[in-house]
Amino acid sequence: MATTAEGFDAHHEDHAAHDHADHKPGFFARWFMSTNHKDIGTLYLIFAIIAGIIGGVISGAMRAELAAPGLQYMGMIVDMMGGDGSSFDQQGHMWNVLITAHGLIMVFFMVMPAMIGGFGNWFVPLMIGAPDMAFPRMNNISFWLTVAGFFSLLFSLFVPGGVGLGAGTGWTVYAPLSTSGSVGPAVDFAIFSLHLAGAGSILGATNFITTIFNMRAPGMTLHKMPLFVWSVLVTAFLLLLALPVLAAAITMLITDRNFGTTFFDPAGGGDPVLYQHLFWFFGHPEVYIMILPGFGMVSQIVATFSRKPVFGYLGMAYAMVAIGVVGFIVWAHHMYTVGLDVNTKMYFTAATMVIAVPTGIKIFSWIATMWGGSIEFKSPMVWAMGFIFLFTVGGVTGVVLANGGIDDNLHDSYYVVAHFHYVLSMGAVFSIFAGFYYWFPKMSGRWHSEFLSHLHFWVFFIGVNVIFFPQHFLGLNGMARRYPDYTAAFEYWNQISSYGYVIMAGSMIIFFVNIGYALVAGKRAAGNYWGEGATTLEWSLSSPPPFHQFETLPVIEDHHSADDHISDRPATA
Amino acid sequence: MNFGTIARNKMHFLTMLVAAFMVAIAPSGAVAQDISAPASTVDAAEVVAESVADGEVVIDETGGFEHFGPDRILGQPTSADEDMLASMTFQDQYTANGNYALWMHDAILLPIIFAISLFVLGLLLWVIARYRRAANQVPSKTSHNTLIEIIWTVVPVIILVVIAVPSITLLARQYQAPPEDAITIKANGYQWYWGYEYLDNGGFEVISNMLDESEALSAGEPHQLAVDNRMVVPVGVPIRLQVFGADVIHSFAVPSLWFKMDAVPGRINEKILLIEEEGIYYGQCMELCGARHGYMPITVEARSMEDYNAWVAMQPGGMTRAQIQAEDAAAAAPAPVEEATDDGTEEGEAVEAAA
Repeated sequence: MATTAEGFDAHHEDHAAHDHADHKPGFFARWFMSTNHKDIGTLYLIFAIIAGIIGGVISGAMRAELAAPGLQYMGMIVDMMGGDGSSFDQQGHMWNVLITAHGLIMVFFMVMPAMIGGFGNWFVPLMIGAPDMAFPRMNNISFWLTVAGFFSLLFSLFVPGGVGLGAGTGWTVYAPLSTSGSVGPAVDFAIFSLHLAGAGSILGATNFITTIFNMRAPGMTLHKMPLFVWSVLVTAFLLLLALPVLAAAITMLITDRNFGTTFFDPAGGGDPVLYQHLFWFFGHPEVYIMILPGFGMVSQIVATFSRKPVFGYLGMAYAMVAIGVVGFIVWAHHMYTVGLDVNTKMYFTAATMVIAVPTGIKIFSWIATMWGGSIEFKSPMVWAMGFIFLFTVGGVTGVVLANGGIDDNLHDSYYVVAHFHYVLSMGAVFSIFAGFYYWFPKMSGRWHSEFLSHLHFWVFFIGVNVIFFPQHFLGLNGMARRYPDYTAAFEYWNQISSYGYVIMAGSMIIFFVNIGYALVAGKRAAGNYWGEGATTLEWSLSSPPPFHQFETLPVIEDHHSADDHISDRPATA
Repeated sequence: MNFGTIARNKMHFLTMLVAAFMVAIAPSGAVAQDISAPASTVDAAEVVAESVADGEVVIDETGGFEHFGPDRILGQPTSADEDMLASMTFQDQYTANGNYALWMHDAILLPIIFAISLFVLGLLLWVIARYRRAANQVPSKTSHNTLIEIIWTVVPVIILVVIAVPSITLLARQYQAPPEDAITIKANGYQWYWGYEYLDNGGFEVISNMLDESEALSAGEPHQLAVDNRMVVPVGVPIRLQVFGADVIHSFAVPSLWFKMDAVPGRINEKILLIEEEGIYYGQCMELCGARHGYMPITVEARSMEDYNAWVAMQPGGMTRAQIQAEDAAAAAPAPVEEATDDGTEEGEAVEAAA
């Protein structure tokens, strides 16, 4: 509540020099042994940016290769990585290594760390009025496990993985390509990387659940929680229920590979399709894990810049719960061509389409939030609106793909690639940038350039659409995924798609210039720099917040609603 | 990779056999090129009929089967230079289910998803214009409206039901079991080529490798889609297409036939395929299967039953259905099966009815 929080802050400023709240440990202790949710959040964000650069450079190599038919760059890359670049098989393998690394990095080491590790760590405690996470030391190990996982994945690039160096199994690691089909330790390291990152995420999820259930400020009921916190809560449950299944599946891969078991080998009574069921039982919730925190951030941002409460708060919260629940019972729509029987396919078609309903509720509620508002087009709002439109486009192609009979043609084609990049590379990433510009001054205490942020938006918006929209055409016309090379007919749209990459890469330079500018010369940011629309508890603190906040807990009073945690008591009361 | 080695050896053997037969039939092939196609198929039918009449399984090398040239390519991607619109959408379909699916996509799904996207875009643009701060200084405080919330829940449900009806119908059609007498062909996915086993025609396997660029272009075919030995199938009759993975998972996919079925080790997937038009249809492996995943294309050549039988007769160990039935009948009863000689060359039913 406002009075307490501001009172606390005033106290903090008066005694800044010797205030316990702002006593920071030395460099190594602070950044390598951190137990501070904000520092760990910062580490996660820095980590996600580094991983994102690596994953993005890999996609650049891929788009360069696909700009024209034939193999142009794979040989060079094989040579660079220490293989035999003249070998055709090693070139093809290198392609598979790149798509595998791109997928795993972007999913596990870019989107998830940024959204859950970064923004979740930073703002869940702030928004619920908690001094820190429930288990600060576990929070630290979650982060470092993720880092260790990333190194394991990077290490896999330099050890044999069958035909060449690295794991070339795709991010799905399907057996038997990942078992008998890939000799050498690379796939083991890639799998171990998932174990580590997965363990980190499970610990992180328990931490978030405990924090949100037990450490909300007095008076903040579940139905008064900000939607971003709701989104992280639902995400944490998805992680907690889905990741152990992945862990089981990939552990069976490890034992199939190294210890003579045959879980997925028909020669010993196993079944390769079993792996796919296990993987996608994790994998489908995983895609919601990557988008739900984005939903939460967009809800906060749209409300803030419309200066209106979120429309249909309870509907929004329970739509996320519904998406989470239904997300667990639609997994086999990733497996329509694997040989499911007709009833199974009909069920998964119907169940998958059901997800469009809560998703539609969210889209329309965001628009209704803006409706009647007084909208200010600051950079976070522009990114959030871009998110709403592009996520809709990605969503409707999902409705097309949901139809098992239609998917018979589109499965594993570029249409699927276009679809999931619209919901992730545009959906999730747009919401990450929206959240970034929304909270960057809060985290750093310094302003980014709004001009560069808008420029970043427009160039990125054009770039990603030029990359991915033509991929719908390629997919419809029959181009397969995961191909380093294609027949001449596909050249035109591939070339355009590759031009789009250059535009997108240009926008990322703007982004980094913007961060550099902000850190070096950015103006100081006030506590609540977005003004009256920003009503959650993090805006009651200074920017950046004190090293330890809310030592005196804020109180959410009766006159506060889910959309307002910081206003003073109304004069009439 | 024991299996791979065996398969590869087998492939070399078969390739040599096929090559030998090609050489053997080369002169008659050249002749057949000059005469009209129906004539050559009649030849083939007569040849087969004669051998059946003798009750022998002799493959006559003068079958006169000629593969289709590039002018008969029907199923392939379209380049944007050739036809911009066609390069942006599905390939033309040559099966009934494919046409139904194409109709469903073009007439139902595409309009709906365009309408939804444009509706959302329109709302966003309206909100931007009408409710920007300059145009609307004082925000409303509305945060609930039960009616509108019910509407935007129920209307999507109705739209989904509209989609679900043809979608379920399509699935039901795709899963129709092939009739008992459907010709069974088994596509085996290997790292990295396809093998087509003709289970109802003597069980021979055709090994199909990608042509390299110069070979493909000189044959007038698209590189990375053209193969050395095509999968020849009969047109207009149901085929029981079985798909099997010999080493890792592959996927047998032909976009213009709306056909995709994963080739999974340890299980045989099966689906009906009924091609409506004679021609060449290109496809590719569509499940990541290792280093040369992008280089194991599929070429389906759909031919009349006469041509198909002629082609079968040319294959080492290849037997037309009539030959097999004649042989079975001969084994069952030593008396010659005269009745089957007239017209019983292609249609199994005819022989059955007569016998």
